[in-house]
Amino acid sequence: MNSFDYARPVSLAEAVRLLSDRGSRARVLAGGTDLLVQMRAGRKDANLVVDVKRIPEMLDLNFDPREGLTLGAAVPCYQIYRNATVKKLYPSLAEVSSIIGGTQIQGRASIGGNLCNAAPSADSVPLLIALGVKCRIASAGGMRDVAVEDFCTAPGQNALRPGELLVSLRFPPPAARTGAYYLRFTPRNEMDIAVAGAGVSVELENGVFRSARIALAAVAPTPLFVRDAGAMLAGKPVNDESIQIASESARQTAKPITDMRGTAEHRRHLCGVLTRRALQIAIQRARENR
Amino acid sequence: MPGKMRVETTVNGEAVEFLCEPRQSLLECLRDILSLTGTKEGCNDGNCGACTVIMDGRIVTSCLVLGVEAEGSQITTIEGIAGAGRLHPIQQAFLEGAALQCGICTPGFIVAAKALLDENPNPSEHEIRLWLANNLCRCTGYDKIVRAVQSAAAI
Repeated sequence: MNSFDYARPVSLAEAVRLLSDRGSRARVLAGGTDLLVQMRAGRKDANLVVDVKRIPEMLDLNFDPREGLTLGAAVPCYQIYRNATVKKLYPSLAEVSSIIGGTQIQGRASIGGNLCNAAPSADSVPLLIALGVKCRIASAGGMRDVAVEDFCTAPGQNALRPGELLVSLRFPPPAARTGAYYLRFTPRNEMDIAVAGAGVSVELENGVFRSARIALAAVAPTPLFVRDAGAMLAGKPVNDESIQIASESARQTAKPITDMRGTAEHRRHLCGVLTRRALQIAIQRARENR
Repeated sequence: MPGKMRVETTVNGEAVEFLCEPRQSLLECLRDILSLTGTKEGCNDGNCGACTVIMDGRIVTSCLVLGVEAEGSQITTIEGIAGAGRLHPIQQAFLEGAALQCGICTPGFIVAAKALLDENPNPSEHEIRLWLANNLCRCTGYDKIVRAVQSAAAI
C-alpha cells in the first residue's frame, strides 16, 4: 500500500474540513473492509485517510417514533443486528446486516460503507431503496439529503462530491401492515457475492396493496430501483396474480450482464423468482405487523 | 513521506506502545513490530481469517485494520489465549482432536472460536459453522475443527 497521512477527527466539522482541504485525494475510513482491500490492490489511492469512527454522529443508532431510525454511516453490522429496536422494528435491516461477509467482516463493515462502495451487488442497497431511506450528507457548506436510490451513480461511484461525507441513513418509521425483505441468490450459503438479489417493501390495506417498492442487486451498473414494478401494485389485490405481474415487470426491467458469477439470462430469470419470493415473505410480514 | 505515528494500545492485557506508518496493518504491526508472530498472514484481503484477532470484544481480520486504529483499544491475539503454562481448552481440543494439519489457519480458528464460546458457551453445529465461515482451512475439511469446538464447549 502507498503511504498516506492518517487523521482521526472527533467532530463532523473537523472531518469535512479535512476532506475539503484534500479533495479527491482524501478517503474516508469506516470499517475498511472495502477501502483497505482496494488501496492495497492499487484500485484506490489517497494521500489522506480520514478515520470517522470517533465522530458521534457517525456512530448514531437511534430510533424516534416520529423520525424513524437514524443509522450512523460507520455503525458496524454486528451492532445493527444485535440492536433490540432494529430487530423488532426493522427485521429486514437486521437480516441484511448479518449476511454481508462473515463474522470478522461484520465486526467492522458498515451499511454506510456498503452504500458508498457502490457495488452493483451490494446486499444492503436494494433493501435501503425498498425502505425509502434518505442519505444525510455533510459538507463545509452544511447538510443535504439524497434519496438512496439516487446515491449510487456507476460501479464504485456515488453522488458524494469532493469534500462531502455520508453521515447517516434515515429510515422512515415502520407503519402498520408494512413488511420488507431482501432475498439473494448465492451458490454458497455464506461469504458469497449475490448473483442477483431483490429487496422489497409493501404496505397493505384491506386486502389490497397500498404501496410497494422493489429494487434489484447485481443486474445493472448500480443497485436498480424498479420503480414501476412496485408502483403498479398500488390498489391491486394481494394475490398471486398481482405478485406475478410485479415480478415479471422486475424481470423485464433488469439490465444484467454475463460475468464469472452468472449469465445475463440466468440473472434475468432470478429477478423474477427472487422478486416473487421476496414479495411473498414481505406480504406475510405485513399481515403479521398490525 | 508521512512520518510514523505513536500508538498506545493493550495487547493480551499488557499496555504496549509502538511506532508505525499509517499504511501498516495491525497484522504487520503485531508480527513485524511487536514480534507476535502467532497471528498468521494468509490472503491479506480479509477472506481467509488466518489473521483473526479480538479487538474490543469483536473478532476482526487484522489485515483489514490499520495499526493506528488500535489506539486505545484492547487486542487479544493467539499468544493471549493460553493460561500460564496451560493450554486453553480450545487449544487442547484442537490438539487432541487433530483439528489441524499444516497449522497456518489454526491461530485464526482458535481466536475466533474463543470469541464464539465467550458469548455463546453452548453453540449448535450450525452456529459454529456460521461463526467460522470467515476462516478458511484447506487441509481438514472443517469437520474436525467443528468437533474440536464442540468438545471444548462441552468442558
